[in-house]
Amino acid sequence: MTIALALEQLLNGIQLGVMLFLMAAGLTLIFGVMGLINLAHGSLYMVGAFACAAVAAWTGSFWIGLVASLVAAAAAGAIVELAVIRRLYDRDHLDQVLATFALILMFSEGTRWLFGSFPLYLDIPPLLQGAVALPGGTEYPVYRLAIIAAGALVAFGLYMLISRTRLGMRIRAGESDREMIGALGVDIRTLYTVVFALGAALAGFAGAMVGAIQSVQVGMGEPVLILAFVVIVIGGIGSIKGALLGALLVGVTDTMGRFLLPKLMVLFVPPAQAGAIGGAVASMLIYIVMAIILAVKPRGLFPPAHA
Amino acid sequence: MILTRENLINLILAVALLAIPLIANAAGQPFYITLATRVAILALAATGLNLALGVGGLVSFGHAAFFGIGGYVAGILASHSFSGEPVLFGLSGTNQMWIIWLVAMALAGFVGLAIGAISLRTSGVYFIMITLAFAQMVYYFAVSWPAYGGEDGLSILVRNQFPGVMTMVPMNFFLICYVILLVGIALFAVIRASRFGAALQAARQNEVRVATVGIQPYRIRLTGFVLSAMITGLAGALFADLNRFVSPSMLSWHMSGELIVLIILGGTGRLFGPLAGAALYVAFEYALGGITERWQFFLGLILLLVVLFARGGLVGLLAGKAKHG
Repeated sequence: MTIALALEQLLNGIQLGVMLFLMAAGLTLIFGVMGLINLAHGSLYMVGAFACAAVAAWTGSFWIGLVASLVAAAAAGAIVELAVIRRLYDRDHLDQVLATFALILMFSEGTRWLFGSFPLYLDIPPLLQGAVALPGGTEYPVYRLAIIAAGALVAFGLYMLISRTRLGMRIRAGESDREMIGALGVDIRTLYTVVFALGAALAGFAGAMVGAIQSVQVGMGEPVLILAFVVIVIGGIGSIKGALLGALLVGVTDTMGRFLLPKLMVLFVPPAQAGAIGGAVASMLIYIVMAIILAVKPRGLFPPAHA
Repeated sequence: MILTRENLINLILAVALLAIPLIANAAGQPFYITLATRVAILALAATGLNLALGVGGLVSFGHAAFFGIGGYVAGILASHSFSGEPVLFGLSGTNQMWIIWLVAMALAGFVGLAIGAISLRTSGVYFIMITLAFAQMVYYFAVSWPAYGGEDGLSILVRNQFPGVMTMVPMNFFLICYVILLVGIALFAVIRASRFGAALQAARQNEVRVATVGIQPYRIRLTGFVLSAMITGLAGALFADLNRFVSPSMLSWHMSGELIVLIILGGTGRLFGPLAGAALYVAFEYALGGITERWQFFLGLILLLVVLFARGGLVGLLAGKAKHG
């Protein structure tokens, strides 16, 4: 084990964390403003990846595909909100879970219908191919660094949007008192649709970015969705800041755990079993971290003040 | 028992579930016996969940963990019984169903105690996500632990034994599952009508009042959650024996979702809701699966419509509103 290898894994962890943040930010925003738990968020991630892969294959340009992923995911989000989700705001969480679970079945099977069962592949754009040298001698793919940069940029943009713009002000007002901003003349139904579409676009963007380093296939959103749940539970549901820190914590813990634990286990058990035990423990590590955090702070690290 | 409309429907459901495989058996169609066995086992699993979800109001999105643990207990004990190697600390495996059932219930209950103790510190949407996350933890453990097949799962070569019964005969195994389902439903009814059941329902309806009269909601809920996990674990052991195969898919979050779907299709908190839901689900799966390979799409659509427009489920639709929610 070298420092360089550890640095590479750390960057991988941050890259995973940044992508998780894009998912978790949408989820936590939708929960904070509308009080809705959306299981179908992973499907919007998948929609983004498929839109990017299909349009990139058709036009030959990753960048047009990326724009298409934003448009497709936001449009899918808006349609779903108008048709289904807005009927669920007044329902209990059980109904929301079931209805969005039903949406997952429809999205997954519908996508399989349109694109078939075989995974699609998305090439990394020429501009971002290649690798850069890390201190210590190893090389790291430019594209993964670009993901980290893009994610950081989106996080900053989201922060500016929410803290500095009129729309952001309305979103914050919607989080603290939805009746009051309705009474002040803000069209709350449109605001909800916009927030949902914004969250969907973030998820679609994440799906498209990750689609270029993994295969684009049905069901790709579900593992990410569950990790994003862990993130927002750790961070405190409704808190964007919590989502960011939770995402980085989960991303780095998961990646470093898978890298380090099998090596640590060699110190305690025979090498033949160390890999298996280390791997098994590493796959559970983030859930163990979550359990510890919840045992200390049941409402997450940054619980919203008003809830 | 008073013959209300709901009781009548319950009776019809129970008789129909017995009659269909008997007719299928007489007609030489063992496939339908397997379908009915599947209905009985899924109904038992959902009855367990109904105790937490319907009676206690605890929306657990992680009951697949207990279902899968039950399944793995059956698979692991049977494989050790076959190979003759001890499981742990010199204890040997077994192919006796009733020992497997007890171990499955004990282990599911123990894991339920651990998961419940942490998850029940939270409520609402946190509880949903945390139970989901813990079930995923068990799932990933099963996938990455190579000793019992990992991702590929574990086959049970010969169905486990029950004294005096040829379990490989489909009808016999159905009857075992059917009797256990009826016992499970009866147990559910007894628990719901007991002082404990009243406290559990009261904790759902008004936590503050329950605490005011001196009952700790946390303990009541934890007990209910553990009982619920044990019943679902037992169903998991039966399910593994039905398929003679257990794999991480029994632990997946789709399974947790399906169990909730069964309850909602049938009617939340209803005694026979899970059975009605399981029968409806398996019938959908079979009927839609025969028409189109895209049946999951239409299942999603039907589920969506039920949630949006028919909230009482099948039993609610047929028997009218529940007297108290």
